[in-house]
Amino acid sequence: MNNISARNKSEKRFQMYGKTAVLIAIGFLVILLFNIFSTGISAFKQTYIAVNLEIPADFDKKNINPRTELNKHFLKMFPEATTRTERRALLSLLSKGARYEFSELINQNKERSIQGYHWFLASADLDMYIKGTVKRQGDTAGRIDENQMFFIDKLLSKNLIELQANKYLLSSADSREPEMAGIRGAIIGSLYSILIAFLVSFPIAVMAAVYLEKIASKNKFSDLIETNINNLAAVPSIVFGLLGLAIFLNFFELPRSAPLVGGLTLALMTLPTIVIASRAAIKSVPPSIEEAAIGLGASKVQTIFGFTLPLAMPGILTGTIIGIAQAIGETAPLLMIGMVAFVVDVPGSPLDASTALPVQIYLWADSPERAFTERTSAAIMVLLGFLILLNLTAIYLRKKLEKKW
Amino acid sequence: MTVFLLILISSLAVYGFILNKSKASVMSDTNIMHSQPHYHGLYSAFITLVPAILLLFFWSFIVNMITNITLKDFFSDITDTGLIKFYTDGVIGYAEGATDKIINHAGFMPAVEHYQALQHNNKILQFIVISTLSLMLFRYSLKFVEVEFKARDYIERVIVIVMRASAVFAIFVTIGIVLSLLLETLRFFDSVNVFDFLFGLHWSPQMAIRADQVGSSGSFGAVPVFTGTLLIAFIAMTVATPIGMFSAIYLSQYASENIRSYAKPIIEILAGIPTVVYGFFAVITVAPFFRDMGAFFSFTNMSSESALIAGSVLGIMIIPFVASLTDDALTAVPRSLKEGSLAMGATLSETTKKVIIPASFHGIVGSFLLAVSRAIGETMIVVMAAGFAANLTFNPFDSVSTVTVQIVGLLTGDQEFNSPKTLSAFALAFVLFFITLVLNVISLTIVKKYREEYE
Amino acid sequence: MTENLKVSIRNLNVFYGKKQALFDVSLNIMEKEVTSLIGPSGCGKSTLLKCINRMNDLVEICNINGQILLDSVDINEVSQDPVLLRMKVGMVFQKPNPFPKSIYDNVAFGPRLHGMTKSKEDLDNIVIQSLSKSGLYEEVKDRLYEPGTGLSGGQQQRLCIARALAVNPQILLMDEPCSALDPIATAKIEDLIAELKQQYTIVIVTHSMQQAARVSDRTAYMHMGELIETGMTKTIFSNPQHEKTQDYITGRIG
Repeated sequence: MNNISARNKSEKRFQMYGKTAVLIAIGFLVILLFNIFSTGISAFKQTYIAVNLEIPADFDKKNINPRTELNKHFLKMFPEATTRTERRALLSLLSKGARYEFSELINQNKERSIQGYHWFLASADLDMYIKGTVKRQGDTAGRIDENQMFFIDKLLSKNLIELQANKYLLSSADSREPEMAGIRGAIIGSLYSILIAFLVSFPIAVMAAVYLEKIASKNKFSDLIETNINNLAAVPSIVFGLLGLAIFLNFFELPRSAPLVGGLTLALMTLPTIVIASRAAIKSVPPSIEEAAIGLGASKVQTIFGFTLPLAMPGILTGTIIGIAQAIGETAPLLMIGMVAFVVDVPGSPLDASTALPVQIYLWADSPERAFTERTSAAIMVLLGFLILLNLTAIYLRKKLEKKW
Repeated sequence: MTVFLLILISSLAVYGFILNKSKASVMSDTNIMHSQPHYHGLYSAFITLVPAILLLFFWSFIVNMITNITLKDFFSDITDTGLIKFYTDGVIGYAEGATDKIINHAGFMPAVEHYQALQHNNKILQFIVISTLSLMLFRYSLKFVEVEFKARDYIERVIVIVMRASAVFAIFVTIGIVLSLLLETLRFFDSVNVFDFLFGLHWSPQMAIRADQVGSSGSFGAVPVFTGTLLIAFIAMTVATPIGMFSAIYLSQYASENIRSYAKPIIEILAGIPTVVYGFFAVITVAPFFRDMGAFFSFTNMSSESALIAGSVLGIMIIPFVASLTDDALTAVPRSLKEGSLAMGATLSETTKKVIIPASFHGIVGSFLLAVSRAIGETMIVVMAAGFAANLTFNPFDSVSTVTVQIVGLLTGDQEFNSPKTLSAFALAFVLFFITLVLNVISLTIVKKYREEYE
Repeated sequence: MTENLKVSIRNLNVFYGKKQALFDVSLNIMEKEVTSLIGPSGCGKSTLLKCINRMNDLVEICNINGQILLDSVDINEVSQDPVLLRMKVGMVFQKPNPFPKSIYDNVAFGPRLHGMTKSKEDLDNIVIQSLSKSGLYEEVKDRLYEPGTGLSGGQQQRLCIARALAVNPQILLMDEPCSALDPIATAKIEDLIAELKQQYTIVIVTHSMQQAARVSDRTAYMHMGELIETGMTKTIFSNPQHEKTQDYITGRIG
């Protein structure tokens, strides 16, 4: 047969297409993760400037203006700054957050004197330069002009500029100043939302799954419910956001931007996922166990709660975790119900206006400031970290499930 | 007051539970009872608590309505419903002590007094009635502890009702979606003609803020938005389909169990990454990449927001979707067919192309449609990577806008509800919901039909 | 009938992972004869059959040691292409597995694949001939373009036989071809085998001794992976040499 070599070549080509496709898919993943990681890793450190302080113990600490006081000490370090332009250039190297750090320092040392060098938060522009994101060109770098550069070089030569751990990222909420911006508010908002979503959707979904699998007779009505649930699982997330908008905000008049509303909307979204996973888990419980229980005189409800559900629980929980993992990353529905406002406070309760982690990422990604780019990546790393944790839990549960049978 | 009431009836319920349970326990020492003691306890608690709570809900709801209606009377000279609401909210806020702001209107203070009197009377009445009800029910429930009394049946029936309600809830959610979208859409079509919307070629709702411009300017023609959605979805499917399908073919037919067990989960990770991360990736990596490529080939005006960028990243996100569904379809083909073909001297690629894929064709088509539905409904990637400008074009290098992006744009930021601008978002959402629903239903029907062929 | 050696199996050992399925099996298959492999469940007869057309290659953990010579050439040698082998050695399976295509396309599959025909007429001829050889043509000639899956069990199996014959093999391997069929269909296929052996060498695995006695010229008895005894069918059944063969035939073991 003379077509055999052509066929073999075709076979090899086909196989190669397959291998290439797999490699391309994995390659995309690697590129994406690498990109995020390499841009985000620098956000975990932040630039600080050391300022020499000489504050005697008896200094009147109650009536000072932290900003002017700190500036005074900073200017003292550089007597060569004479003109207004030069002084402004030097002072601009400190972040607005430095004055709050200074106040706190004062408060912690009420009766004592404060001597020597203390570290204060530097401005975002300086931070970008130090981290190398903005490159030097002659005597300027990005938004840094020659005057600022002059003082930067001096500070560097005296080792008065350092990269330290970024305390703000995880401990403070959003801010207009990138160097002070953190994701704490977003994380708390997300946690409240997810908690509410879980508390609402889990019981309803499991009850519904139990009903459909064990109690309902197979008629047109139960088919209708089943079709409904399958369709809901495929509805675009933004439609759920609109539903939340129309019902929770407009009809029930719940507070806008509140994690309560976010949680309720996410609950509607995860409901179908948990129902489908629970049904599969319940279906896989061998009927022999139930038959044994009923043979001993247990009622149907008792069998379900006493035997079936406990055995199906690992599968149900695995599915729930997967549903929650999806919900954590959802952004569109939260945008619709208003969790997109610029909120500077960490929410105290699920009723306070707040944002959520994916929304925070979206807001920061939109910002033109370079400094927010690395922070966006860092926030993404935190988000992905949560997701990895959740998924590992799900995998662990699945392994535990396999051992039981 | 309300809190106190709730605590009172809850305590009654707990007390009833304990009383009945112990009474039943005593009885069960000498008799064989139908229901275990704790069921009797639950029965009492249930009877004591639930009717009272239900009544409380309805009571509050009705009082709320009455309050709103009577408060409005104080501002009968105002015609703008929005303004009335603002005033009544202000009255309530002031009366509750949440704000100090006094609104300059003759009816304001009288309204405040009225509200406070109403609340005061209501709370007293509510407390008396509901606690009495609860107490009476409590006494009544104590009489039920008998050997023959089927407390467990009763409780179980309640549980089943709760379960049935949970299942039916799903239908309510769907109805909720349809209604909330439909009502607003219909209101939209009050101001804008249906055909102008569906077939109009010019979309710029941000412009039509002036009341006299609505509808007549023809700025609600959604065709550019629809074509933008289709263009980006098309590009996405062009990326995702070959990569996804060939990955699935390789992993299900060629790869060893070892490789498959690693590669499949890794590809699934692509599906678990939140879409906002993809959007960011599009902005910081993909857009510059295409810009540089364009510069290399001397296309100097590649915009940083184009259909190509959004479409490719969307395609990457959909790869695991296509791969996983195709894999399911391929592995569902009985092994005997594969063996039969190989036994005839077909190579694996020939077997795959001529036997396995045709045999799983329905499943593959179904998964294709589901992937398209996913692509159309995606929001964040396109919001961040495509633009808000609704251009009518099929050129992938241009920036276009999609249905989802427009919905986001119209509903975030300042909202005046009921303006055609915000209502148009609902109209778009309705179209989106409808199309994805149709795609999903077709997909599921096709897959079902193919499954029947094997059974 | 001249006796020519078609397939020579020498010292064959087959492992699935660590588990050994065939122990030092040596067997000769003679041309244009029906050789049957019999034995209790798990004795390795299907495994042995699948070695002849290298279907065991599909199982990752399967390892083969020994020689299988087809017309004096070892089929397992690296230079040998399994695709070409399977043109020469056709297979019919236990459960009929027609493709979800038309009857015509089922039979035409092989010839199209191997580029055996130059025109539609040639292909038509091959299809008609193959269907005739398997005794199915008269029953389906009016519905060649209907799906093959719409036929009865017995018809499907004959379709699979026609499909295998369409590529003009020299050897036909049959793995318990009648176990899923009713007695009437079984009888039809057994008659078919009697006709086919005039043109083809047939090796059939069967769990029914009676069937082996009915259709085969030679019989090989296997037990727990070993080839216990082989010989002319009449001899094996009337005068077995080995005790184990005797036990199986008389029904003491099964």
